[in-house]
Amino acid sequence: MAIDAATVRKVARLARIAEPEERIEALTQELNGIMTWIEQLAEVDTDGAEPLTSVVAAGLPLRDDVVTMGGEPEVVTGNAPKTVSNFFVVPKVVE
Amino acid sequence: MSALTKLTLKGAIDGLAAKEFTSVELTQAHIDAVEAARGLNAYILETPEQALEMAAASDERRAKGEAGPLDGAPLGVKDLFCTKGVRTTACSKILENFVPAYESTVTSNLWRDGAVMLGKLNLDQFAMGSSNETSYFGPVTNPWRAKDSNKALTPGGSSGGSAAAVAADLCLGATATDTGGSIRQPAAFTGTVGIKPTYGRCSRWGVVAFASSLDQAGPIAKTVEDAALLLNSMSGHDEKDSTSLDIATPDFTQFVGKSVKGLRIGVPKEYRVDGMPAEIQKLWDDGVAWLKEAGCEIVEISLPHTKYALPAYYIVAPAEASSNLARYDGMRYGLREEGANLAEIYENTRAAGFGDEVKRRILIGTYVLSAGYYDAYYLKALKVRRRIAEDFDNAWTKVDAILTPTAPSAAFGLGENSSDPIAMYLNDVFTVTTNLAGLPGLSLPAGLDANGLPLGLQIIGKPLDEGTVFSVAGAIEKAAGFTAKADKWW
Repeated sequence: MAIDAATVRKVARLARIAEPEERIEALTQELNGIMTWIEQLAEVDTDGAEPLTSVVAAGLPLRDDVVTMGGEPEVVTGNAPKTVSNFFVVPKVVE
Repeated sequence: MSALTKLTLKGAIDGLAAKEFTSVELTQAHIDAVEAARGLNAYILETPEQALEMAAASDERRAKGEAGPLDGAPLGVKDLFCTKGVRTTACSKILENFVPAYESTVTSNLWRDGAVMLGKLNLDQFAMGSSNETSYFGPVTNPWRAKDSNKALTPGGSSGGSAAAVAADLCLGATATDTGGSIRQPAAFTGTVGIKPTYGRCSRWGVVAFASSLDQAGPIAKTVEDAALLLNSMSGHDEKDSTSLDIATPDFTQFVGKSVKGLRIGVPKEYRVDGMPAEIQKLWDDGVAWLKEAGCEIVEISLPHTKYALPAYYIVAPAEASSNLARYDGMRYGLREEGANLAEIYENTRAAGFGDEVKRRILIGTYVLSAGYYDAYYLKALKVRRRIAEDFDNAWTKVDAILTPTAPSAAFGLGENSSDPIAMYLNDVFTVTTNLAGLPGLSLPAGLDANGLPLGLQIIGKPLDEGTVFSVAGAIEKAAGFTAKADKWW
């Protein structure tokens, strides 16, 4: 098996998704099934192929570095789960 | 006033222009139809007051001679498009109470042209799914049923709400999005027309992101002409999306009904997949015959990397999704769960806020991008993606457009494929290649199977050549004479 339970725990941790221990076995099987199916890509001769990251041939456009919008803190924080005086309230991370 | 909901978008706009009825009357007829069809679960949010206000404003504009191209036409909006002041959830728990402070560019364009919003349409959660079953709000039921059967069928996904609403006459057209087939497969399953335009035609700004190099908006409509009308409005350059193409939008309706005589139509041999139902092969043969009859030259072509498109997609799309969905951290918007420390808050929030399929794709994406696997999986998939694009480049030296089936089956029963992710992924086997290559693809209904369920044909075009796609689709629509509708049971 390419993906073992330890890998699933590690990936879930990297993805910041809590996966309960009783889900790990089923997830390991599911992810292995999918990755085994994906393995067929190894058959493709990709020597010399440029990785295709964007189908848009044009380069990224530039614009003047000026403020185009802003000054609406109440709008920006309008959907936040916790705010005080137009500030986001986040858990304490520095002791 | 049910007759008003039977109109095509073009028919309704002509009727409004001829003063046969008002937008308020037209909109009210649709509001009534939407209310009566709640059992389909196509709309997850109805906005009747806003719809009637927009309709009244449209009637005023028309009275003053200021009507836009879609003025007064009631439409549905896939709940992946942010709508200002109207809840937008991506059919997820994590965005269950999200009310955008801004409007997506695509919907802004529709309102600019006078369209009326009826409400927000159901979809697979974050557009990840092919059956609408991953929606946090429960699946949409396809208005179509097999002959002599009461079994609930999927409308397809992810734009299942959009497709079902159009098929059941709950709007004159709908916005949708397509990352691997999410416009075209539901269109095929519901007897409607859907087009994913060339990547970059429609702005992605304000559309909840899934896989940014593949996501593209487009319409689902009742006819090819209606789809062209809607795409006219939805398209256009937007400086808020750096991948939006700075080019003029042609009038796509001018291509519908245009002669296809002399066009070279490719038929890719690799799309004859094992286990494809004979009826779909037959429909494909019919499509070939109709186009021959219309004066097209049929050319057998080869797209040799077709079978690798889905596995490549299931690396590229989850990789991009894992990055895009990292923003849902419970701090700035969306659900926040409690935890003993910051990492736990993130982990609990995302565990509670995302459904199983979304989590599965984030985990795959995180895995293929993680140290030690990046080259073997992600880079390899991008190289295979290049091979798939090259297949099409080669084809375009021989043909002007490509004809294929849209999906490998007709609509299946809700629950039938939901336990096997790979079986579900195979729904997109014929559509996903155009997302990887950025090409326009349109699905239109062309016949019914033995059970009376609609089947779709897909036309793939060269980059930015939606015009030819619309001409070919118009020719098939005319030859197929598909007029079947789902019998109303809801």
